[in-house]
Amino acid sequence: MGDARQIIAQRAAREIKDGMVVNLGIGIPSLVPDFLDKNVRVFFQAENGVLGMGPTPKAGADGNLSNAAGYPVTILPGASYFDSAIAFGMIRRRCIDVSILGALQVNEQGDLANWIVPGKRVPGVGGAMELAYGAKNLIALMIHCEKDGRPKIVKKCSLPITTYCCVKKIITDMAVFSVSDRLYLDELMPGFTTDDVKNNTEADFVINF
Amino acid sequence: MHIFDKVTDYDFIKTQFFDGMTLLFGGFGGVGTPPGLVDCLIETGVKDVKLIGNDAGFPWIGMGKFICLERATSLIASHIGSNPIAGELMTQGKLHVEFSPQGILVERIRNGGVGLNGFLTELSKGTQLEYNKPLIKIEGKEYLYEAPITGDVSIVYAKKADTFGNLVFDKTARNTNPYVAMAGKVTIVEADEIVQMGELDPEEIIVPGIYVKYIVPSKGYNWKWIWEMPDKSSRSEQPAK
Repeated sequence: MGDARQIIAQRAAREIKDGMVVNLGIGIPSLVPDFLDKNVRVFFQAENGVLGMGPTPKAGADGNLSNAAGYPVTILPGASYFDSAIAFGMIRRRCIDVSILGALQVNEQGDLANWIVPGKRVPGVGGAMELAYGAKNLIALMIHCEKDGRPKIVKKCSLPITTYCCVKKIITDMAVFSVSDRLYLDELMPGFTTDDVKNNTEADFVINF
Repeated sequence: MHIFDKVTDYDFIKTQFFDGMTLLFGGFGGVGTPPGLVDCLIETGVKDVKLIGNDAGFPWIGMGKFICLERATSLIASHIGSNPIAGELMTQGKLHVEFSPQGILVERIRNGGVGLNGFLTELSKGTQLEYNKPLIKIEGKEYLYEAPITGDVSIVYAKKADTFGNLVFDKTARNTNPYVAMAGKVTIVEADEIVQMGELDPEEIIVPGIYVKYIVPSKGYNWKWIWEMPDKSSRSEQPAK
C-alpha cells in the first residue's frame, strides 16, 4: 500500500510543469514534491496563508510556519504570507494552476467526494470545495479500490459530494483517467491491464490510447 | 481603561467569558490559536459556548482542549478531522457541528467584521453544506446567501501588539486572526510581545487597534505539535475530562 501511494505520487508529479502555482492536499498529494524534477520551478500555495513554500526544515522547525496539515515547512525566495481570506480569494479567483487532492470517490462526470464517510469519518470539508471550484486543473489521487475491493471510480457517488463536475484527471495505482465529456482511460500503470481496470472500475470509460 | 492602554491580566479576562456566549477564535490547526486564553477560558468553567473558528484543533492543541471538556454546545468550522473527540461528540449529539467551506467561513467572519450584510456564492450549492441557507436568484442564476458572523467575544493570537492594540502577526499564524479580531464585540488579544505606541511601523500593522478591547501577554505555545510527538497518531496527551 505504501508503495502504491509512492507510485501514484510519482505519476502525479509529471502533471506539474515549470512555472505553475500548485496546491497540494493532505495524504498522497503531500508526497508529490519528492518526485519533482529539479528543473521544474514552481510555487506551492498553502491555504493556511503562504505562497512559495519550501521543503521541510532540516532543523529549527518553527511552530508558526507550517503547511495546511500543520507540519513545519520553509519558504523560498519570493514567498509571501497572507491571511485566510486572501488565501481563499486567490483560490476562488483561479490563481492556482493545479490542485491535487485526495479522493474517496469520483464518478463519470468528475464529481468529487472527499470530505465525509457518514457514521465513520467526519473530517470536514476544509478547503477542498474552494480548491475544487477555483483551481484551473483538479487532479484526484487515490488507491483504485477500497480495502474490501469495492471500486472508487463509480457511476454515481454514494458518499456526499464535495464539488460537482470538477475533477479533470484521476490518477490511481492502476490507471490514469481524464474527464471531459465523459471518462477516458488514458494510461495503464505498470503491471496492470485494461481488463484489470475494467474489473475494478464501476464507471463506464472509453479507452483512449 | 484608557483606549491607549488596553493591557490587562488573565484574572480580569476571566470576567469577560460567560455561559452561552458566542466565541470566535483565531487559528488553523492550533497555529495562531492563543494558548493562554484557551487555558483561561477552561479555568473559568463557562459552559454552553457556541464556538466559531476554522477547525477543532487537536485534542491537546488549540480550541481542541476546550472542545474535549464538552462545554461547547455548537461549533461552526471547516474541519474537525484532527480532533477525533470532536467527531465522537458530534456523533453522540453532544456537539452540534455546522461545516463550512474554509474560505467561505473566514469570509463570513470578515463580512461581520467590516459591517456588511452577507454575500452570495455558488460554492456549496447542491451539497450537504447548503444547510437551509437561502437561495437567491439574480439574472437567472441561483446563489447561496452566506450570512455575516459576529461574536460576543473573540480571542486572537498576535506576534506583537502595542498598547492601543495595533497588531502584527507571525507567518502562517496569521490565518483567520485578523478577521476574528474585527468580528468580536469584545476582542481579546494574546501577544508574544507588547510594545509602546509608536514602536510599530504603521506600514506593518495588519489589524488597527480600534478593533481590540483587551491585551494580555503570552507565554507562547504550551502544547506539543503533532510533529513533535514520538507517535504521530498519539492521543495520550489529551486532557482528562
